[in-house]
This record gives sequence, structure tokens and C-alpha cells, in this order.
Amino acid sequence: MLRFLAVRFGRALLTVALVVTFAFVVLRLSGDPATLILGPEVPPEAIRAFRESWGLDEPLWRQYFSYFGAIASGDLGNSMRDGRPALELVADRIPATLALTVPALLLKIGIGIPAGVYAAMHRGGPIDRTVMLVAVAGFTVPSFVLGLVLVMVFSVQLGWLPSGGRDTWLHAVLPIVTMGVGGAAILARFTRSAMIEVLGQPYIRTASAKGVPWGAVIRGHALPNAAIPTVTIVGFMVGSLIAGAVVVESVFSWPGVGRLLVVAVSNRDLAVVQTILLLVAATMVTANLIVDLLYGALDPRMRRGAGQGAH
Amino acid sequence: MTPLVAISGLSVSFDGAAALHGVDLSLAPGEALGLVGESGSGKSVTWLAALGLLPPHAAVSGSVRLEGAEILGAPASTLDRLRGGRVAMIFQDPASSLNPVLTIGKQIGEALALHRGLDGRARMAEAKRLLDLVGMPDSARRLSAYPHELSGGQNQRAMIAMALAGRPDLLIADEPTTALDVTIQAQILELLASLRKETGMALVLISHDLGVVAETCDRVAVMYAGRIVEEAPALALFEAPRHPYAEGLIGALPLLDGPRRRLTAIPGTVPDPREAPPGCAFAPRCPKAASACAGAVPALTEVGPARRAACFFPLRSTPSRAERKVTA
Ligand SMILES: Nc1ncnc2c1ncn2[C@@H]1O[C@H](COP(=O)(O)OP(=O)(O)O)[C@@H](O)[C@H]1O
Ligand SMILES: [Mg+2]
Repeated sequence: MLRFLAVRFGRALLTVALVVTFAFVVLRLSGDPATLILGPEVPPEAIRAFRESWGLDEPLWRQYFSYFGAIASGDLGNSMRDGRPALELVADRIPATLALTVPALLLKIGIGIPAGVYAAMHRGGPIDRTVMLVAVAGFTVPSFVLGLVLVMVFSVQLGWLPSGGRDTWLHAVLPIVTMGVGGAAILARFTRSAMIEVLGQPYIRTASAKGVPWGAVIRGHALPNAAIPTVTIVGFMVGSLIAGAVVVESVFSWPGVGRLLVVAVSNRDLAVVQTILLLVAATMVTANLIVDLLYGALDPRMRRGAGQGAH
Repeated sequence: MTPLVAISGLSVSFDGAAALHGVDLSLAPGEALGLVGESGSGKSVTWLAALGLLPPHAAVSGSVRLEGAEILGAPASTLDRLRGGRVAMIFQDPASSLNPVLTIGKQIGEALALHRGLDGRARMAEAKRLLDLVGMPDSARRLSAYPHELSGGQNQRAMIAMALAGRPDLLIADEPTTALDVTIQAQILELLASLRKETGMALVLISHDLGVVAETCDRVAVMYAGRIVEEAPALALFEAPRHPYAEGLIGALPLLDGPRRRLTAIPGTVPDPREAPPGCAFAPRCPKAASACAGAVPALTEVGPARRAACFFPLRSTPSRAERKVTA
């Protein structure tokens, strides 16, 4: 178990390092921060001075190594815009983003999983067909379109809810619903097909054949098996708690990490962009690690070294 | 004496395609009945329908009586008490018929809780006793094992232990040895036979292999395309089959005694329920078919003491094994 964890953890670190490297290379090759931040009219000496002070005049490989060295000692650099530590800038925005993504995640799980299970149990019935229709609509409609439609209806037409900003909890309702609906649709579809697959397995018939009432067959035999593939999708959703709100934050002018990322990318504010990507990668990788551990808990076939069978 | 189970006129169709056409079959208490026929002839569907285990899109009609009481279409609570209680069923592929995420002890224990009201330590002690009864090696440790940690034969033993948990009057074993090695097959069949002797329960042994059934059962019913085509005491059927299909099945068996010979498998396949021929369903494959066979379906009628066959031209001659070897 410890070795399993160590291997997993090592792989997770490697993934994060790769993401950081990729971001580093792409950002340096895709435009000059100096002209973007200072503007095109500044004299060349100012630009040269800016580059020197941020180390942008050094060869790329040296920049890369000093950057990694700094990360290893916990220094993620400063924003080129206002000089504040990038980590601080990003950390300031995290609560706002979580205020959207955490309730949205609960909404996805709370609606998506029960809807998927119910649809699978009443396959082909009117409720199944409705759930599937909503589910297909839910994930074919892009979230910015859904967001705009919700604004049109609930802000412009009905005037019930604000269309943007972050002043009261009412402002969070539309962005949360926008994210929650799409995710619930994906989860419902996924849960439904996992459940249908499981309900067709011979061990479900065995459970019925030994007299287990249908409700207990669902709870005790089908759900624990259907949970195994579903955990993957939920894990992915947990992994996007930080990064999953870019579009919605932009649509609803919500001052979270996603909007900071959009602004920082367009400014080539290297330290900030890299800090956000590092954070996103770390969240994803952590979620993946948790999923792996959950697999072990849910599926005895995934457990290693747990009692050798005689064959 | 009232039969333990009496099935009459049992018909099943899936989305309009008839898989069973009025099956009549009955079983005395403690009797061992073999049900044979090629794959797809309706053996499993017969007993799944009888126990209400078919999916909702199956249309079932007819009657199934357990000691005189109708159970077809009985309320779910009645069926739940009966299934795994008075009537238990085990299936072909033991590995996928056991829940992969639950321990063997838990799966046997569930049946003990449902049908015997046992819990806690008493439940586990009884589960262990059942595993011992079915010859599971190292039973105490196997209680906490998962199906994937056991071999096919061990899983089938666990299935049988689970089936015995409710002290059934009838055990339906649907191809219990088909997925297993030959040596394990023999062990499991022996186990079923000895358990029947010890407990006095009745046994329905479903198999596509007449050889498997012959050693274990008193009486054999032969099924073809959703109908019983012949029913006879096991020995009598072997000595003198009356239906050409039964003769074909026997011809396909390797002889244990005597010289090796070519197996005469019946040419052709079981017709799909959606394109069943008019008249006798076996006629297109039957070496003795005449024009009458395509005109009407022969009824299952008495052809001798305790024997029934559904054929317009039942075989009369009783060829000895020696004779058949010469003609083969
Ligand atoms: N769940 C089902 N849905 C549709 N058709 C089925 C189903 N189960 C069995 N059948 C059909 O019923 C017929 C009899 O099947 P079965 O009883 O399983 O045969 P066997 O004699 O091999 O046990 C076959 O033609 C099979 O295709
Ligand atoms: Mg079958």
C-alpha cells in the first residue's frame, strides 16, 4: 500500500512538472510580455530594462532552471503588472471561485446521480426519456450559451436575479445553476449507462434468485458496482474545482481565478499564469490520486496484495 | 400425491417472438429431473419464467404451481420469500454470477439473513458450515474472500452453499458445470447428487449435455425450440429414444465403452424464435420428416409407461448400442 502510494505520488509530481514546463515554453514563445505590459510606444531602453529586471534577457534554459529552483523553494514569482507575489494574487481569488464551483459540484452530484440511477431503473419509460433529453441538451449547449439564456430569462425578462458581479449571494445563483446543469447532465448520462450495464450482469439475477427484494438489490448489489466507473467522472469534476469556472466567471463578471487567468494570459503576466496552471494541475492530480484510492476502497479487484486466491 | 412443481401451458415471448410454446412439466418432491436440449431451446427461460426472473419485456403466460399454489404473477413479496427459500437456483458462470465487490461470506450471509433470520456470529458460523458442506477447502478463510480470489469450481461451490442457505425443497441448477474443467465438472455433479441424497431436496439439472444429466437424474425431459419433445425415465431414454431429436442428441454422445467412433452431431441449428417453421420445429433437421410434419405441431402424447413424445412418427425400434455403432 505504501509503495503504491509512493509510486502514485511520484507520478502525480511528474505530471505537475510536465504541465508547468509546457506552460513555461508556450508562454515564452507566444509573445513578449514587455511590449504587452508596457505598451508599444515606450522607448527601447525601457523595454530592455524591464526585460533585465524580470530576467527575460537570459537564455530560455537558464530562465527555466531558475524558475524551477524558485518553485522548489516555494517562490512562484511576482506579477509583472503590480509586483505583488503571484501566489497571493491567485489565493485572493480562490474563495470566490470555490463559492461557485463547490455548490455547483453538489448540484451536479445531487441531481445527476439520482437522475441517472432512476432513469436506468425505469429504462425506456417516460422519465428515462425526459432525463435523457435534458441530459443531451444539457451537455450539447455550451455553458456560455446557457448562461446567456438564463440571464435573458431571469435577469432581463423577469428581473429576479442579477446578471453579473459578486455583491450578494443572489449573484451566485445564475453562475452556479449554469455550471450545475451541464455537469448534472453529464453525470446523469454516465450514471445511467453504468447502472444499465451493472443491472444486466448475472450477479444481479443471482441476487434476485436468492430472494433479495428489488430495492435491496439496487442498493446492496447494483449501486456499489455502478459507483466504480462513476467515481472517475466525479473525480474529474472535483479536479476542475479551480479551473472549471473560466467561462462562467467571464460571462457573469465573477472575480474568481478563471477571470484572473483570462486577464493574465492576455497580458502575458507570466508568473500569474504559471501559478494558476500549477494550482490547476495540482488540484487535478490530487483528485486523481483520491480517485485511485477510492477505486481500491470500492473494488476489491483493484486491491493489491489483499489475500492471494488459490487457483 | 401433489407434485412439488407443476408447470402447465407456460409460454414466453420476447417482443413478440415466442421463446416458449406452452411447456408442461411436473416434478415430484425429491425427484431429480434433467432438462436437456441444444443451446437456445428454452431451458433457462422455462425456469427463469417460473421464478419471475425474466426482464420486464418478457411476456409470460400459463401456470406454475408450487405444491398446488399458483406462483406465476404472484406479488413480489411472495416471490422474494420463495426464491432462495423453497426454490433456489444456480447458474452457469459462477464467476460472473457472484457479486464481485462482496465477500463470499457476505453473499451467503445475505441469504441466511433473509430466509433463516440469522445474524451476527450465528450467521457467519452457518455460512462456514455451508461452505464445509459443499467441500470448500479452508472454509473459514474463504468467508472473507472475494469471487475473483477463488477458482471457477470454488465459486460454484460457493454458489451452491448460497443456494442451500434457505434449505430449499428444489434446487434448479442451470448448466452448473458448463463453464468448468472436466474434472471439476464431475466433482460438482457428484456434490449435487450427494447433497440431494442428504437433504432430500428435488433437483432440476439443466444441461445441453445428455451425458451430464444421465448420471445424476431419474427422469429426463428433452426440449427443442421452446417445447418439450420427449420425456422419459433416464435409462429408458438412453436405451430407446422415441423422438428423433432425442436420438440425435444421444448419437452425439461419445461412448465410454466400445471403440471410438465419429460423433454424429445433428446437422443444422435451433431455429430462431422469430423465424420458427410451421409444424414441427425439428422437421427441417429431422432425418425421418414426412409431409405431415410441416403441417401441424405434434402434441406431447403418451408413448409408453411414464413416457411421452411429441412426434407424428415416434421411433419404435429399440436399437442396441452395438447396432448403432455399426450404423454410425
Ligand atoms: N432476455 C431475453 N431477451 C430476449 N430473448 C431471450 C432472452 N432470454 C432468452 N431469450 C431467447 O429465448 C430463447 C431460449 O433461450 P434460453 O432459454 O436461454 O435457451 P437455453 O436452452 O440455452 O437455456 C433463445 O432464442 C433466446 O435468444
Ligand atoms: Mg441456458
